Amino acid sequence: MASNYNAKEEDGHQPAAIGHGGAGTVKNKKPDNTAFKQQRLPAWQPILTAGTVLPAFFVIGLIFIPIGIGLFVTSNNIKELEVTLTNYSVWLAIFHPCYNCSQSYSWNSTKPCTCSVPFSLDQPFESNVFMYYGLSNFYQNHRRYVKSRDDSQLNGDKASLKSPSKECEPYRTSDEKPIAPCGAIANSLFNDTLELYYIDPNGSRTAIPLVKKGIAWWTDKHVKFRNPGGNDNLTVVFQGTSKPVNWRKSVYELDPSDPDNNGFINEDFIVWMRTAALPTFRKLYRIIHKKPNMTPTLPLGRYILEVTYNYPVRSFEGRKRMILSTISWMGGKNPFLGIAYITVGSVCFFLGIVLLIIHHKYGNRNHSADIRS
Amino acid sequence: MLRRRLNRLFGRDERKVDSRTIYVGHRPCPATEALIPPKFCDNRIVSSKYTVWNFLPKNLFEQFRRIANFYFLIIFLVQVIVDTPTSPVTSGLPLFFVITVTAIKQGYEDWLRHKADNEVNKYLVTVLEDGRRACKESEKIKVGDVVEVVEDETFPCDLILLQSSREDETCFVTTASLDGESNHKTHYTVPDTERNLESLSATIECEQPQPDLYKFVGRMHIYRNNQEPAVRSLGPENLLLKGATLKNTQKIYGVAVYSGMETKMALNYQGKSQKRSAVEKSINAFLLVYLCILVSKALVCTTLKYVWQNRPGQDEPWYNQKTQKEKDTNLYLKMFTDFLSFMVLFNFIIPVSMYVTVEMQKFLGSFFISWDKDFFDPEIQEGALVNTSDLNEELGQVEYVFTDKTGTLTQNNMEFIECCIDGFQYKYADSGTELDGFCVTDGPGNILQQKAGREKEELFLRALCLCHTVQVKEATGQGDGVADCVEDQVDGVMGLDGETVGPADLGGFIASSPDEVALVKGAMKYGFKFLGMESKNMRVMNRNNDVETYELLHVLNFDPVRRRMSVIVRTKSGDTMLFCKGADSSIFPRVRQEEVDKIRMHVERNATEGYRTLCVAYKLLSREEYDQADTGLREAKLALQDREEKLMAVYNQVETGMSLIGATAVEDRLQEEAAETMEALQGAGMKVWVLTGDKMETAKSTCYACRLFQRSTELLELTVRTLVDLGRKREERLHELLLDYHKRAVQDAPPIKAGVTRSWSSANQDYGFIIDGATLSLVLNSSPDSNSSCYKSLFLQICQNCTTVLCCRMAPLQKAQIVKMVKNCKGSPITLSIGDGANDVSMILEAHVGIGIKGREGRQAVRNSDYAIPKLKHLKKLLLGHGHLYYVRIAHLVQYFFYKNLCFILPQFLYQFFCGYSQQPLYDAAYLTMYNICFTSMPILANSLLEQHICMEVLMDNAALYRDVAKNAMLGWGPFLYWTLLGVYQGLLFFFGVRFLFSNPALQDNGQVFGNWSYGTIVFTVLVFTVTLKLAMDTRHWTWINHFVIWGSLAFYMFFSFFWGGIIWPFLRQQRLYFVFANMLSSVSAWLIIILLILLSLLPEILLLVLRKPRGPHSRQKKPVVQSGEGETQSPRSSARPLLMKTFSDESNTIL
Repeated sequence: MASNYNAKEEDGHQPAAIGHGGAGTVKNKKPDNTAFKQQRLPAWQPILTAGTVLPAFFVIGLIFIPIGIGLFVTSNNIKELEVTLTNYSVWLAIFHPCYNCSQSYSWNSTKPCTCSVPFSLDQPFESNVFMYYGLSNFYQNHRRYVKSRDDSQLNGDKASLKSPSKECEPYRTSDEKPIAPCGAIANSLFNDTLELYYIDPNGSRTAIPLVKKGIAWWTDKHVKFRNPGGNDNLTVVFQGTSKPVNWRKSVYELDPSDPDNNGFINEDFIVWMRTAALPTFRKLYRIIHKKPNMTPTLPLGRYILEVTYNYPVRSFEGRKRMILSTISWMGGKNPFLGIAYITVGSVCFFLGIVLLIIHHKYGNRNHSADIRS
Repeated sequence: MLRRRLNRLFGRDERKVDSRTIYVGHRPCPATEALIPPKFCDNRIVSSKYTVWNFLPKNLFEQFRRIANFYFLIIFLVQVIVDTPTSPVTSGLPLFFVITVTAIKQGYEDWLRHKADNEVNKYLVTVLEDGRRACKESEKIKVGDVVEVVEDETFPCDLILLQSSREDETCFVTTASLDGESNHKTHYTVPDTERNLESLSATIECEQPQPDLYKFVGRMHIYRNNQEPAVRSLGPENLLLKGATLKNTQKIYGVAVYSGMETKMALNYQGKSQKRSAVEKSINAFLLVYLCILVSKALVCTTLKYVWQNRPGQDEPWYNQKTQKEKDTNLYLKMFTDFLSFMVLFNFIIPVSMYVTVEMQKFLGSFFISWDKDFFDPEIQEGALVNTSDLNEELGQVEYVFTDKTGTLTQNNMEFIECCIDGFQYKYADSGTELDGFCVTDGPGNILQQKAGREKEELFLRALCLCHTVQVKEATGQGDGVADCVEDQVDGVMGLDGETVGPADLGGFIASSPDEVALVKGAMKYGFKFLGMESKNMRVMNRNNDVETYELLHVLNFDPVRRRMSVIVRTKSGDTMLFCKGADSSIFPRVRQEEVDKIRMHVERNATEGYRTLCVAYKLLSREEYDQADTGLREAKLALQDREEKLMAVYNQVETGMSLIGATAVEDRLQEEAAETMEALQGAGMKVWVLTGDKMETAKSTCYACRLFQRSTELLELTVRTLVDLGRKREERLHELLLDYHKRAVQDAPPIKAGVTRSWSSANQDYGFIIDGATLSLVLNSSPDSNSSCYKSLFLQICQNCTTVLCCRMAPLQKAQIVKMVKNCKGSPITLSIGDGANDVSMILEAHVGIGIKGREGRQAVRNSDYAIPKLKHLKKLLLGHGHLYYVRIAHLVQYFFYKNLCFILPQFLYQFFCGYSQQPLYDAAYLTMYNICFTSMPILANSLLEQHICMEVLMDNAALYRDVAKNAMLGWGPFLYWTLLGVYQGLLFFFGVRFLFSNPALQDNGQVFGNWSYGTIVFTVLVFTVTLKLAMDTRHWTWINHFVIWGSLAFYMFFSFFWGGIIWPFLRQQRLYFVFANMLSSVSAWLIIILLILLSLLPEILLLVLRKPRGPHSRQKKPVVQSGEGETQSPRSSARPLLMKTFSDESNTIL
C-alpha cells in the first residue's frame, strides 16, 4: 500500500499535502479584469496581403537594383592583379621563376632562396594600392591550429609569457624554455619577403616604397596585442623564452628598426595571427600609398617582384600568390555582392509584376466571391 | 457505492479478507490470550518525497531519468572527457540551469508538503491514557488509542466512535475535504458501550485497511465482568474518517483503528496517471528525426575527415603538428572521439532550452484559463481551475467529447412538475386555484377530469413525505438526521446537498440527492409538510395541519443496482408500512400488474418529455412479515462478510408484492446554453457522446433538447428493448442489428474522404446511435465466441459514422470502458470527458482530457479533472478559444524551435567542409551558448503566450475554424517538412552567402582583412535577425510585449556583441571576438550582405504568405460566415424553448 501511495507523488501536480487536499485549490476571487489577463492587450494586427506586399516588392526591387549596379560598377573599377608565386600545374611550374625555391621542403635551409617574378600592369593603379599575399589550401581555420595560441601571452601577460597555455602544444616549449609567442599560428608566421620594383622603360629598377603600417586592425595593434612590460628592452623582457621553432629570429627581432612594430605588436605578426576563415585566403602585406602628385600609384608598365622564398607550401599542395589591389568603400574586388543585389532586386521586381498580375486577375474574382457569400 | 466500484479499480486487494484486531485502550481482554501488541504503522502522514539528506541524490536521479536530461548529461560528460570543440560550459550551463530550476521547484513543493505534513503530524490531540487525558502529537497516536476530538476539529486518524457528547449517541461530521460533500453526516456510537471508557474492555475486529471511504466492516467484542462477550457490528456509520471534521457535537471519543498511511484518506490519494499530450508525442517524433540528422551529420563529417586526411600532407601539415598524445592515440579510438566531438559540435540542434521553453509556455499559459473572467461564475464565486498545465494544447485537438448528462448537460436542479396518482395526472398549477391545491389538467387516454380518491392522494403524498432520507435543516442548527448519510443516487450520481431555502419556517432540506428534495417540496406544495425527525419518529404535517408521527423502523437504502429505496415505518395506529420509490423498471416487476398499465403510460410520456420519473409503491406489512424482515435486516447488518449481498437479499425479499400508488415527474433543466455549446462542438467537428446513467427516454429527450439529435437525424437504437423484440436469442439479434446498422451508417454512406465526413453538410444523412449499458456489456464482453471482437469493431465503426452517440444506463466503469475503447481505436483520437459527479471520475481519468464541472455534486470530479469549469457553456470557450490558441501556439513554438536550431547548426556543419573537418566551431562559444538562452528564446516565448492568429471572438463564432487544427494538423509531417526545408534553405543561404563574400576577405575600406571569427559573427548576425524577423512575420497579434521582446532581444544581441567584443576579458584564455563585431559593423559590405541575406531568407516566406490568401476571409475581420450566422439566429430560440417540443418525432425515426 505504501508504495502505491508514493506513486501518487510522481505527477508533481499535487498542490499540497494530503491533509489539506481540496481546501487550498479553491479560489474565491473573481479574476482580475486586466487586459493582460483577459488576453485583450491592445494589439497591432498586421495582415500581409498582396496589397501591402506588392509595393514592398517594387520598393525592394527599386532600391536593390541601383545598389547592385553601384556595387558591381565599383567592384569592376577596382583593379586587381594576382601574381602566382607557386603554380598549381606541375608542368608549367617548371618554368616559374620560383620553381627551384618552391621545391625546398624544409625550414632549415640556411641560405635564403630568392627569385624574381616579372609581371606587367596593363593599366595604371590609382589611389592607394594594397599588396596582399595569398595562400591556398592552407588550413588556418583548422581547429587544432585556431586554438593553438595564447591570447594572454600576446596581451603582454608576464605569467603567460613564462608558462604559455596548454593549448599551444606542441608549440609550447622548446629546449625546456617557453616559446614566445607560443602556438602553431605564431610558429607558422608567413616569412617571405616581397619587394616590388618598377622597371622603367629604360631598364632601370625603381624600388616601390611599401608601407608596413596600418595593415592590422587598430584595436589589435593597440589593445589586444601588447608586449610584456612596454615596448622597450624587448630583449630583456623576452629573456628566458625561446623563439618559435620555425622562426629564424626571435620575436623581438621582427622589426628592430621600429620599436612600435616589434615584438608582439609587429603588424605582420598581428595580421597573421588573425586566422583566416577559409583555406584559401589573402592577408594584407603592405600598402603602397598614393603619391601626392597626379601620377598614378602604380603606372602601367613592367614590374619585378623580388621574393625571398622562405615559406614552403608544396608539402601540403598549397599555392602562394601576391595580389595587388585597389580598394573601394566596399573593400576589395568582389563582384558577388553586386551581382547578388542585382539578382535579388530583379527577382523582387519580377515577383512584384507577377503578383500584380495574379492580384488583378484572380484577386477581383476572390473579392466578388466574398461578397456573394 | 459507485465510489466503491471506482476504488476497486485501484485497491484490488479488497478481496484479501484478513482482519485486524485492536485492543481498545491497549487493555488486554480476558477472553484472548496474552496481549501481543499487534504492529501497526504509526500515525504519521508522509506525503513528502524527499528528506534533507536524500534530496540531492534522489532528485538528481529522478531528473536524469528523463530522456532529454540524460541526453544532455551525456553530451556534457563527453565534452568534459573528450577534447571537444566547444567547452563543457556551453552545454553544461543550460543543463545546470534547467536542473537547478527544476530542483528548486520540486524542492519548494516538497517543502510545502513537509510543512503540511508537519501541520498534520504535530497537531496536538488529546488521548486517554490509563484514565488520564494526555496531549500527544498526532503522529504519535497508535492504533488502539482512545482519542478525544472536540467540535470543529478534524479527526487525526480513522476512529470508531465510542462516545459522543450528544444525547442521542450520534455525532455530525462533514467530509468536505475527503469527497467534497459539505453536508453534515450523522455517525453513530457503537451501541450499548459503557459510558466509562476507562473500564471499557473491548476488542475490535475489522478488515484490513482499504481505500473505500464508504465501506467498513467490523465487529466489536465487549467484555463485561466475565460475561459472555457482547458482539456489536460496526459499519461505516461508526467509523470517523481521518480528514473529516466534527460538527455540531461538543466532543467525541473514539478508538483509533487505522492510522497514518493506512487511513482511508491516505489510501485514497491515488496518483492520477500522468497524461501526455499528442504534441509531446510529436515533439518526440521530431526529436528522433533531428537525432538522426545529428548522428548522420556527425557520421558524414567523421567519414569525410578520414577520407580527407588520407590525402598526403593534409592530416598533419608542417604548420599544424599534432601533440605527442594525439599521435599516440589509437586510430579507432580517435575516430570514435572525433565522432563524439562532431556530435557535441552539432548537438545544439536539439536544444535543452526547448524543454524549458515548452514547460514555461505550458505553465504560464495555463494561467490564462484561470484568469479568464468569462469562466467566472458569480453563483459559486469561482472561476476555472487548472489542475495540470500539460494538456493545454490538447484542448485544441479534441475529437470526441464524452459528456455526462445529469449536472452537465442538465442543471441537476430538480423541480417537481407533476405526479400521477392511480392513473390520474396531477399538475400543480397555482397554489390558490383549488382548495386542496390539486388541479387536474389532462388525463391519460380518455379518462379526463377525474380525480383519484382522496385516500389515494393522501397515501401518495404521505409516501412522498416518508420515503426519503432528507434532513430538515433547522434554524437552530439542531438538524436531526433521518438516517445515516447514505449516498442516495437516483440516476447514479452522488449528491451534494440539494439545499434550498424552504418556505415558511423551515430552514430547508438537506439531502444527498436533489430530486429527493424536489419530491419532498413537491409534497409540501400539495399540503404535506415533512417536519423532520424526532428520535426515530418522522413528523409529517398533513393538509389539515395536524402533525402525524411515524416511527421509522428501517431504511432500505438506495443503490444503483436495485434502483429504489424503501422505508419501513410504523404508524400511530400500529400498522407497519413499507414505502418504496424507485425507477419504473425496478418497481413495475414488484407490484401487481393490473396497476402497472395505468401508470406506465404516464411514466413513459413523462420520460420522453425529459422528466425524471419515479414510481411510488407501498405495502402493508403484517406482523410476521415485519418480524421476518426485521431479523433478516439485523442479521445482515451484523455480518462481517458479504454484508452487502446479504442486505440486498433481504431488501429484495421485503420489497415484493407492493401496490403501486403513483409516479412523479421531476424536471431537470438544461444547463445554460447547453444547446449552443453542443452545436458549437459539433460544428467544430467533434463527436459528442452522451454517457449517462439515466433512462434512455430521458436521455434521448435531453439529446433532442441539446440539439445533439436533429429532427433529421436517423436514430439507430441498440437497446434491450430492440433486442428482445423478436424473442430470439439476444446475441443473434444483436449481431443482426449491428450488421444492419453497419450497412446503413457505414457502407451505404457515400464513400467520402475523412475530412468531408466531418463536415456539416446537410446533404448527408446524420445518424444518431443509442445504446444502453446492458447491450454495451453484451457488445464488449460478449460470450467467448469469435464474434465478440467483431461486434466491437462493428460497433466502433457505426459509432464513428454517427454524429452523436447516446449511451444510457451506464455504470461509471462502463463510461470509462467506452472512453478507453474510443481512445484506443484506429487513429487514436483525442478524447475529452466532461462530468460533474463522482460517477464521472472514471471517465474523466480515462480520457485524454478530463474536465470537471464545479456543479452541485461535490468536488470529486473537479479534483480528478485536468481542468474544471463552473458551467458547461464555458466548454465552448475552453475548447474553441483557448484550446485552439494553445494548440496553435505550442505547435508554432515547437516547429519554430526546431527550425531555428536547424538553421543555427547547418552553417556550422557546412563549415566543416572548409576547415578540414576539424570540428572548428563557426560561432564563438558565447554565441553558441547564448543563442538559445538569450537571443532567440524570449520572443518565441512571448509569442507562444500571447499570439492570437485569429482573435478569440472569431474563433468562438466560427466553430468550423477548429477543424483547421484538428488531427494535429500543425505538427504533422507536412508542416514539419516545410519548417525543416525552410531551416535548410536559410542555413545554406547564410553560409554560402557569406562564403562568397569571403572569397575576398578584404572587406573594409582600409584594405584590412577579416578572419574566421568575423565570418562566424556575420553568419550569426544574419541568423539572429532572420530568425527573429521570421517570428515577427508569424506574429499576428502585436502587443507591446511582443514589440518589447522582439526588438529588445535584437537590441540585446547588438549590445551583448559590442560588450562581449569590447573588453579584453581578464579571466579568459582567448580573446577571439575582441572588436570583431565592431569591425564588422564598420564594413559596408558586411552590412550589405547582412541585409541581403535577411531579405532573401525571408522572401519565400513572404511569397507564401501572399499566395496563401484563402485564409483571408475567416481571419481577423469579423465577416460572419453565413452558416454561423444562421446558427446564431437559431440559438436563442432553442434556449428559450421549453425542454422539448419535438417530443415524439424521434419515435418515428427510430429503427426498430
